[in-house]
Amino acid sequence: MATQTSLTTESTPRQNTPASAGRQILKQTQFELLLTSRRGENVLVTLIIPVMLLIFFASLNIIPVKQGGSAATFLLPGILAIAIMAAGMVNLGIATAYERYYGVLKRLGSSPLSRSRLIIAKIISILVLEVVQVALLIGVAIAFYGWRPVGSLPLALLALALGTVTFSALGLAMAGALRAEMTLAGANALFLVFILLGGGILPLEHLPAPIAAVAQLLPASALTQALQQTMTAGGTLPVYPLVLLAVWAVVILLVAMRTFKWE
Amino acid sequence: MSAQTQTTTTVAQTAQNERATIVVENFSKSYGTHRVVDALTFQVQPGEVFALLGPNGAGKTTTVETLEGYRAPDTGTIRVLGLDPIKQAEALKPRIGVMLQQDGLYPALTAREVLRLFAGYYTQPQDVDALLERVGLTDAAKTRCRRLSGGQKRRLALAVALIGNPELVFLDEPTAGMDPQARQTTWEIVRELKRNGVTILLTTHLMDEAERLADRVAIIDHGQLIALDTPANLTSGQNANVVRFVAPEGLDCRQLTALPSVQKAEEVRAGSYVLETDDIPALLVELTTWLRDQAIPLSELRVGHGSLEDLFLRLTGSEVRD
Repeated sequence: MATQTSLTTESTPRQNTPASAGRQILKQTQFELLLTSRRGENVLVTLIIPVMLLIFFASLNIIPVKQGGSAATFLLPGILAIAIMAAGMVNLGIATAYERYYGVLKRLGSSPLSRSRLIIAKIISILVLEVVQVALLIGVAIAFYGWRPVGSLPLALLALALGTVTFSALGLAMAGALRAEMTLAGANALFLVFILLGGGILPLEHLPAPIAAVAQLLPASALTQALQQTMTAGGTLPVYPLVLLAVWAVVILLVAMRTFKWE
Repeated sequence: MSAQTQTTTTVAQTAQNERATIVVENFSKSYGTHRVVDALTFQVQPGEVFALLGPNGAGKTTTVETLEGYRAPDTGTIRVLGLDPIKQAEALKPRIGVMLQQDGLYPALTAREVLRLFAGYYTQPQDVDALLERVGLTDAAKTRCRRLSGGQKRRLALAVALIGNPELVFLDEPTAGMDPQARQTTWEIVRELKRNGVTILLTTHLMDEAERLADRVAIIDHGQLIALDTPANLTSGQNANVVRFVAPEGLDCRQLTALPSVQKAEEVRAGSYVLETDDIPALLVELTTWLRDQAIPLSELRVGHGSLEDLFLRLTGSEVRD
């Protein structure tokens, strides 16, 4: 079966010094991205579905368009919010749940890669994925629907960052507490609810009043409204949505930290 | 024991503890009300191959995973390479190699990619392709882990444990699910590691694995240490020839002991009997005659020397295989 390749030779002293934290994180990030690209269903849900939603609804004449605006102007903030939910909650949540299920997280626990470094690598890979998502969606909006950047870029980035924390923590909270199959089902179900009730495609005022009232409180509508208000000409500072989103971020992060099990 | 000898022993013990690779002292662990490990004490010396042997649920994995830093002891002291596995985890982890019961491989990565990933955590890891060849996975290097067989996954998990040139290797049931050839390769690797001065702690439910590989064997049951010695010493008290047979359970062992050539008779587990004798041919005649006269069916009969397995059955009273 195997030729005799010596595992170590006596002449060279054994070296088992760990790589620097930076190198470990870089290596882990590289493989996190490789794994992300290999999960076909993740490419579908993080890249293809948001782009299809944008193209489909921008092409239909059912979206209320303000004077001088285009359907894409209304849609893009909400679709960006959907993309952030897909990257954090669906992609990260389900992948991490299965890594726990297969004992990968446990095995990494006795490797030199510390948990904080693993989490940093996962955050970086989510950010890289989001850059691709945002570039793709804005590219489509500009190329096909004449969308032009308006509003405040720093506020939009703040909203995207808060949304990333909230939905990544939500994904990890499910992954760390539920069985892998439950996370798979739960993340997808919640994703659908957030698409329908987030107000990014269907304006909330079109929903029945009681449902709209509940939807107003969801993190999905908080992120959507924060982006909608910053990404319009002469938009106001979205205080309420940003505060609501920040509250969700803190609450979900605390829940995730308390309930997460590595084994 | 006089006070003076007592002191001398303690000093010697302390000195031994200081240079030991693994020190487990009075270690206990409970899950809820169930005590999984009960006042366990042992040391593993540098360069030693040490086997933990015990039936399912004996506390082997809990012990190993505590040494690896996965759980905290309720009481007692644990030192691995002189370090506390939890408080000094960052210093300890680069120096140990771990093979868990669950392989813990990314299903979507190939065998080579998994090793390249883990190699990236060290400054001077083993050569990935040489290690793949050593564990016999060269042909499967480009196969995704989800498509590897159980035995191949086990061998890859072994390679992952060795990628960082560990001084100390933990192998939790390393050959479970391997075919005989792969098991042989794994044994060769363990011997080679030992030749290179690596200390190895392994758990197994395979008697011959413990007997062939281990310098010392600790037999544990219900979380307690019930025997600890070299395989030779453990079995030396077992030199009597033994006859083992399987028949209906509940035979009268007093009647069996009364047979002229039987020195000792014991039902080691339901329906499984061990007889000790000096004269096997005579005993076989007496035994088969006795069974025939009482119309007792005989379904299995084996003759042999006392082995670790016999000792194990006697000590734990239970089946070895998990």
